[in-house]
Amino acid sequence: MAPRRVAVTGLGAISALGHDVSCFWNALVAGQPGIGPIKSVDLSKIRFQNGAEVRDYDPSQHFEPSQADLLDRFAQFALIAARQAIRDSGIVFTLELRQRTAIVTGSSVGGQSTQDAQFWEVYGRKSPRVHPLTIPRIMPNAGASHISMKFGISGPAYTVSTACASSNHAIGQAFWMVRSGAAELAIAGGSETPFSFGFLKAWEAMRVVAPDTCRPFSRDRRGLILGEGAGMLVLEPLEAARARGAPVYGEIVGFGMSSDAGHITTPSTDGPARAMQAALRDADISPEAVGYINAHGTGTPTNDPTETRAIRQVFGAHADKLAVSSTKSMHGHALGAASALEAVATVLALRQATLPPTANFTTPDPECDLDVVPNQSRSAEVEYALSNAFAFGGLNAVLAFRRA
Amino acid sequence: MSDELAEKVQSVIADSKRIPREQVSLDSTLESLGMDSLDQLNLLFALESDFNINIPDEEAKSIRTVREMVEGVRKLVAGASGQAATSVA
Repeated sequence: MAPRRVAVTGLGAISALGHDVSCFWNALVAGQPGIGPIKSVDLSKIRFQNGAEVRDYDPSQHFEPSQADLLDRFAQFALIAARQAIRDSGIVFTLELRQRTAIVTGSSVGGQSTQDAQFWEVYGRKSPRVHPLTIPRIMPNAGASHISMKFGISGPAYTVSTACASSNHAIGQAFWMVRSGAAELAIAGGSETPFSFGFLKAWEAMRVVAPDTCRPFSRDRRGLILGEGAGMLVLEPLEAARARGAPVYGEIVGFGMSSDAGHITTPSTDGPARAMQAALRDADISPEAVGYINAHGTGTPTNDPTETRAIRQVFGAHADKLAVSSTKSMHGHALGAASALEAVATVLALRQATLPPTANFTTPDPECDLDVVPNQSRSAEVEYALSNAFAFGGLNAVLAFRRA
Repeated sequence: MSDELAEKVQSVIADSKRIPREQVSLDSTLESLGMDSLDQLNLLFALESDFNINIPDEEAKSIRTVREMVEGVRKLVAGASGQAATSVA
């Protein structure tokens, strides 16, 4: 079968910017960060105070109590975003389509809050037992499994865990399955909820979390801000989408991966550059065709100059004509869900001809001398965009998108 | 100046990086000892545990030499014992 063009026909998002895609997009365009004091964890013994939490969330508005019992917060978010995306796509499932639909989700740590609470039972409270649903709530594939069960989707389903690149790896593989004909439809994205005391202590020890806010590419950046949420996309062949009159947000046209084979936490320039080149090659487009990059842009001292060098290595003189922004400045670094939220942001940026800004930007850094769309969104007709994700462990994944 | 605290800090550095103690001198830079960012995180963790102190991120970032690390730890240890004395009083 000849490779098919792959359309994005449904979007779902729950994040610090709100509980749905329109809240998410409106906040991005307004340049309004969802970053503030972390409320779900006692911070008296933690050195940082701010995060990008999903606020005013009440599980009972989304789930029956008996179902909520089965679901860690990360799986709840995965289901909510998938439900939004499926509804948005207007897809009508037949039995055959259900069997030919894939689900690929990303998550870095799965049911972190369940793990923290239940391990505290035995270590801290000396309880003789933990809750019997601990394992099915913790497992990082719980999101994919519950989406499958909820919608009766019975094709290939699995979860990818590559730290901060998990969702791009997930979406990329789903894209390849739809393009090749291995699947007729795919639900792809990721989910993460990193706010538990033990996990925050672990991030504190890494000394990469900012005490103030996330200022990617700004000279006074002091680190990343952890975020939570989920993003999901519905992918289907462009022809099928057109035939059923579905809304087409845009296309995914390329996916590239690489590994640094270097250091476990310090990124290289070469690995990210090779992932971007692989995505361009997979999309069969030249670097000059790209007008926007949704950067990995964590706001750490190390990532941003390294990513800048990688972009310059790939794009040469065209790097000065590109717009590059980090929406992590607003939705935070949602780890395994980050690139799913960024995929939603990127496809909407093309569709709405509006590039979301890098918020909280104060001072240019000569080491990050790109057009980072500081603080204010920008109207721009862009045909092709990349979305970067570079994980701890040196595992890189880049998606290429095209305007519909 | 050689003293007990400086000796201990240098031993912690050697143990943490798994290098012979005699390679570490007050004038060594952390970089010259082959310590990358992750090694430095491990060292801060070891020093915090061994001296029962909290080393703030910003202060840790500015440290380049063993001597600066010794003086930084000395300041924090003095601060911690000062606090303890106050709370006892």
